Amino acid sequence: MISRAFRTGVSEAFGVPAAVLGAGFIGYGSLVADAGYSIWLTMAATLAIWALPGQLVLLEMHAADAAMAATVLAVSLSAVRFLPMTLTLMPLLREDGRRRPLWQLLLTAQMISMTTWAVNMRRFNDLDAKDRWQYFLGFSAVCMATALVFGLIGQLLVGAVPPLVRHGLALLTPLYFFVTLVGEAQTRSAITALGCGAATALVLHAIAPDWSLLGAGLIGGTAAWLLQSKHVRNS
Amino acid sequence: MSATVELWLLMLACGAATYLWRGLGVLLSGRLNPQGALFEWVYCVAYALIAGLITLIIVVPSGPLAQTGLTERLLACAAALIAYRLTRGNMLVGLLSGVIFFMAAIFVRGLIH
Repeated sequence: MISRAFRTGVSEAFGVPAAVLGAGFIGYGSLVADAGYSIWLTMAATLAIWALPGQLVLLEMHAADAAMAATVLAVSLSAVRFLPMTLTLMPLLREDGRRRPLWQLLLTAQMISMTTWAVNMRRFNDLDAKDRWQYFLGFSAVCMATALVFGLIGQLLVGAVPPLVRHGLALLTPLYFFVTLVGEAQTRSAITALGCGAATALVLHAIAPDWSLLGAGLIGGTAAWLLQSKHVRNS
Repeated sequence: MSATVELWLLMLACGAATYLWRGLGVLLSGRLNPQGALFEWVYCVAYALIAGLITLIIVVPSGPLAQTGLTERLLACAAALIAYRLTRGNMLVGLLSGVIFFMAAIFVRGLIH
């Protein structure tokens, strides 16, 4: 049964989110084609990893003949963000109070990505709790399908994209996350956390680049949390 | 083991290594109250981590963006945000403004042809 909330998710994913994802995955497809991967492997990687930064790390390290264990570790470290992302999205998805078997929750977690997380976290501010689960499924299904199709297109079109356009496409994805987060941050905690995270990442990059991401999350996030007067009052 | 089989295994291992964090998030999320202070902390960590990731991608990128200038990348972000605000939240116009500005800037500076 297809609910109205599912259809809303589908229709809102078609548009800017799908366009940006498509552009990003055209870039991914062309990189993969250069590396000579089969289309089946590329599509399976998109479904199995479903995180463009991790897929790019795999690609780079495999091309550099890195050890298997080192590659898996590097990909896993690039994905640590999924822990706080899942931890924040899941309770909001489950606020409708319906009990779902664990396998459904575990399967749904695979659909979380930067795009689906960033858009849904913002959208959940004004979306009824009972509609969130279906909305997320519809939205995420379109995102995954788009990534598969455009990854394939990028792989088949390799060489046809002029360098200038390729560079423009490469900036599109970070630009999209930047505008989504900065332009649409609605809660004060989110705005403070964004500022603290960006500043911490830059400082750590200069002194301990290996820890800049994890440190941005833990140090920047904790600093932002402490800066919220609400908690100072409550605790 | 053939190179193809090895590559498939590597890819699947990377998928599992990524999923680890999502799965852990699901298992721990049942204990997290969205109105609680702990949730608020994880929420701040998530946003800070992602802000850090995007900052690093824009300031010190790898891949094709590494051949472009920091000034162009930062100005493109500003252009996108300004266009987005001026159009009262039109994402398409914002992104197109940023990307077109960026391509024009790197072309004019002769970085990419």
